[in-house]
Amino acid sequence: MGNWVVNHWFPAVVIAAWLGLNVFLFVYYFLLFDRDKKYYYTRVLLGSALAWARASAKCLNFNSMLILLPVCRNLLSFLRGACSCCRRTMRKQLDHNLTFHKLVAYTIALFTAVHIIAHLCNLEWYNDSQQAADGSLSSILSDLHQDGSNKWLNPIRSNSTTPAYVAFTTIPGLTGVIITVALILMITSSMEFIRRSYFEVFWYTHHLFVIYFAGLVIHGIAGLVRGQTAESLKEHSPEQCARDPTHWGREKRPHCEKPEFGSIPAESWQWVLAPILLYVFERVLRFWRSQQRVVVTKVVMHPSKVLELQMHKKGFSMEVGQYIFINCPSVSRLEWHPFTLTSAPEEEFFSVHIRAAGDWTENLIDTFQQQKPKTPRIEVDGPFGTASEDVFQYEVAMLVGAGIGVTPFASVLKSIWYKFQHADQRLQTKKIYFYWLCRDTGAFAWFNDLLASLEQEMEESGKAGFLNYRLFLTGWDNSIAGQAAFNFDNDTDVVTGLKQKTSFGRPRWCTEFSAVATAHPRSVVGVFLCGPEALAKSLQKCCHQYSSLDPRKVKFYFNKENF
Amino acid sequence: MGRIEWAMWANEQALASGLILVAGGIVAVAAQFKGWPFAAYSIAAGVFVCLLEYPRGKRKKGSTMERCGQKYLTAVVKIFGPVTRNYYVRAILHAALAVPAGFLLSTILGTACLAIASAIYLLAAIRGEEWNPIEQKKPPERPPVGGGTIKQPPSMPPPRPPVETRKKQPLEEAAQENPIPVTSEAE
Repeated sequence: MGNWVVNHWFPAVVIAAWLGLNVFLFVYYFLLFDRDKKYYYTRVLLGSALAWARASAKCLNFNSMLILLPVCRNLLSFLRGACSCCRRTMRKQLDHNLTFHKLVAYTIALFTAVHIIAHLCNLEWYNDSQQAADGSLSSILSDLHQDGSNKWLNPIRSNSTTPAYVAFTTIPGLTGVIITVALILMITSSMEFIRRSYFEVFWYTHHLFVIYFAGLVIHGIAGLVRGQTAESLKEHSPEQCARDPTHWGREKRPHCEKPEFGSIPAESWQWVLAPILLYVFERVLRFWRSQQRVVVTKVVMHPSKVLELQMHKKGFSMEVGQYIFINCPSVSRLEWHPFTLTSAPEEEFFSVHIRAAGDWTENLIDTFQQQKPKTPRIEVDGPFGTASEDVFQYEVAMLVGAGIGVTPFASVLKSIWYKFQHADQRLQTKKIYFYWLCRDTGAFAWFNDLLASLEQEMEESGKAGFLNYRLFLTGWDNSIAGQAAFNFDNDTDVVTGLKQKTSFGRPRWCTEFSAVATAHPRSVVGVFLCGPEALAKSLQKCCHQYSSLDPRKVKFYFNKENF
Repeated sequence: MGRIEWAMWANEQALASGLILVAGGIVAVAAQFKGWPFAAYSIAAGVFVCLLEYPRGKRKKGSTMERCGQKYLTAVVKIFGPVTRNYYVRAILHAALAVPAGFLLSTILGTACLAIASAIYLLAAIRGEEWNPIEQKKPPERPPVGGGTIKQPPSMPPPRPPVETRKKQPLEEAAQENPIPVTSEAE
């Protein structure tokens, strides 16, 4: 438990604050609409469904405001750079932006359900009150001010209508249905299964959020939910006058004028205007950046269908482990896909390695393989920062890359090589442990050269102990293992040709972590992962397990890349 | 969008619609809105749609993630053969199921969502997709030991008596009781 606190205090605080605000808003407005004198007569018609609907509406406004903020990549990037205090912890939390976005989305779905159910009841009871001709308080209230003045209480005028008809002929009803359908489509297309397998469906459908926000702002304009006006309350006190509704407006003790009602003004726009403007600015910025010319200086096809693109763009500057969004108009005009940069900041170009993993990537690789005389145009947005920037701030770093997830670390290792060559004092890292887990040997090829040259470099400069790397082949079979056993005595590994031998199967993390903890008992160790969720869980567990609460002793901080 | 399997998204949408139909129906029945028999129908239709859509079909390319516990329903849905395999049938079925729920406000959202699911299924059917059940993997058969070259166990496993006594003993007099019947090749 203590270790969890050390690693997670900041997101826990943010979530607690957000949850607290939601609860506060809901309870406060629920009590307001359930107790306030202003809504006495509205409650006569609607019961407590009024309070449920209004309280959930407030929470919906609040969450709709929040949901746009985590996806403003450029804003977040700016915040990361501007945060000079608590850099490490703050930056790490900005990784969780997508998790927060999803959490807020689920909350919106929940409050939407509550809001809709409450309003279904409201419409039904408004209708019942309008149709009742029994002289009850509800029917008297419903008949008030049906003369064209704007003082009515019951929005339903006709005696022979249905709630469905009312819903579709009023602004809130119609916009409500439209934005709910948009919300449901957005949610079903963002299910993990759909998102991972058919990214394009998710990406295009998600743009329905424009309809959602437009509808949300218009939703409250008609002011169908009403309360008694302040002037009316002075002349007509509901507690006293409700007992005798037939004598309103007549001379009698106590004197009660007919009550008059006014609408609650639409306020959704006040909540969502600023985030919408921020997001619009974000998209404009992305578009502007994408229009800048990108020159493709080199294209390399690696085995296992991995394409390397080396590019140059004026004014582009990056740090290790950042990622960019790439668009190729000849493949698809509207799609942007993220890729981690594999080049070091010290190099003159920036590069990405793209693996065939879906429609868009396969088409892109085909396009480049055709080797047309004019290389297809590429647009780039970014770079955007992620956790790997912090690698050099940790005294000891454990880098774990699974398969293609090694790409950010390619950038890190290259940067180390350059920093070494120039004896850069910014390098605080004293020791790096690098683990690469991979299924098949083909994918090793492009990374081989890098590791081979690093091996050589380290030997030449006498710092052979700086980088400790282990390679794990998780998809081995009997023939590979046989070959390895046969070539056991060779100096270099049979699979990769490197001095470090390839291990087979998955690493035993407990052993690795305890070895690192023993070797560096007083350091802060940063653990960086780019890989699958299951691996993240086991690494996180080990981080908790081997971190000590004592701030002077070893502490493991876990950082995960997420795409 | 080349290799999209629309049926996968239609499946998610239909499952969500089923749940919405059930929820809307329960509200209207519980609060006894006017026209609540439509809501009762909507609950039944929603449950049926959920049961039909819960087992995810097999993707043509790549591995498909099963939903938790779907194998029981897969067995049931498989029985109906072409009726559940064909997506035209599903599209029409969902469109038909959606209509009665459209008469009540509480369930009209379910109607809209199910209608959209039906449209996506129609698109899937036009592109020739089909529902195939995800089969349970049989446990792999253990390959025969030694690649199938061992046909008979050794006839005189150790401990063996000394050489003189080993020569050409008739099998009945051998000190060993062989658990598996053995024929002697020497004779």
